[in-house]
Amino acid sequence: MPTSRFLAAAALVTLALTAQAADTEVSLVIRDHRFEPEEITVPAGQKIKLVVHNQDATPEEFESHELNREKVIPAGAKATIFVGPLSPGSYPFFGEFNPKTARGKIIAK
Amino acid sequence: MLSAAIIVFREVLEAALIIGIIAAATRGLPGRNRWLAVGVVVGAAGSALVAVMTGQISDLAEGTGQELFNAGILGIAALMLAWHNIWMARHGAQMAREAKQIGADVASGSREMSTLALVIALAVLREGSETALFLFGLATSGESPLAVAGGGLAGLLTGVAAGLALYAGILGIPARLFFAATSGLILLMACAMSSQAAQFLVQADLLPSLADPVWDTSWLLDMSSLTGRFLHTLVGYEASPSGIQLVFYLSTFIVILAGMRIFRFRPASSPST
Repeated sequence: MPTSRFLAAAALVTLALTAQAADTEVSLVIRDHRFEPEEITVPAGQKIKLVVHNQDATPEEFESHELNREKVIPAGAKATIFVGPLSPGSYPFFGEFNPKTARGKIIAK
Repeated sequence: MLSAAIIVFREVLEAALIIGIIAAATRGLPGRNRWLAVGVVVGAAGSALVAVMTGQISDLAEGTGQELFNAGILGIAALMLAWHNIWMARHGAQMAREAKQIGADVASGSREMSTLALVIALAVLREGSETALFLFGLATSGESPLAVAGGGLAGLLTGVAAGLALYAGILGIPARLFFAATSGLILLMACAMSSQAAQFLVQADLLPSLADPVWDTSWLLDMSSLTGRFLHTLVGYEASPSGIQLVFYLSTFIVILAGMRIFRFRPASSPST
């Protein structure tokens, strides 16, 4: 039956698309002008949803030249940053407002 | 204090370079200085407002409000620069050729300056709001207010000096190349803004990155270096650009250049009879 075959194919495509859309979510906390954890490992070749929670009383700017990302995170706020899909490698990031202490990296494997 | 100076300098630099180029490119337009001042003042006032509202802006659109806001600002600014270049291709050459006409074209020139004042206001708004947030944060985290203010002022003055130096450098360009040089600078600046807008939309997951990165030249010129930041603002340099940024950059380039050619001023050919 062509119709059911079509439906099956459509279902497969939908499944594949949903699988791709289901992003890996990674959480990160800023406390005392430091990232916790300072190193996170994520799967390569996948889009990552990075949720950064700034628990400090001061704003911070998440920035990474390697990831090409920048975002101001107000005090006490949670920010969502989409990164990737990444090639395997190490991607440092830092807090621009406290660059001496707030440092971390994403490792894509 | 030093860290405050450095961060304020980095934020101010971008806006100062943009103002320097626009100021040079609009030399001779009526009411230029007034409009430049309006742009800076409106932008500074707006940045205080945006700094206060950062939390609300961030929470919009499921936490991607800030990206949309930045992309919107960059997009509008790029559009205004595109409009300016096409306008200049039509009127600038004409004005240079018939110097006496500048006075007669005050209304048109002033309208033109107002669109560029908007670009300046947006640039100041974007960088100023981040600076304000940073300084508020520093002041509330126990640093002495005097040190914060001193560092901030030092950073501001150094940034302004860089903008002035660029302005003076552009004014030093010989007259016959001046028009082409400033149009070229504005064109590349518009492309840079368009590609940065695309990057914010990728960060908000509204555009695919296509390939990320297409290349990586951070070993050659790092984005955190002064030269890297300078070229980032001026011509849109990215050490590791995504594919969609290249698409935006090149499309903007082609569209503005095509607009400039199509609408450019052609002197009426003298009848050969």
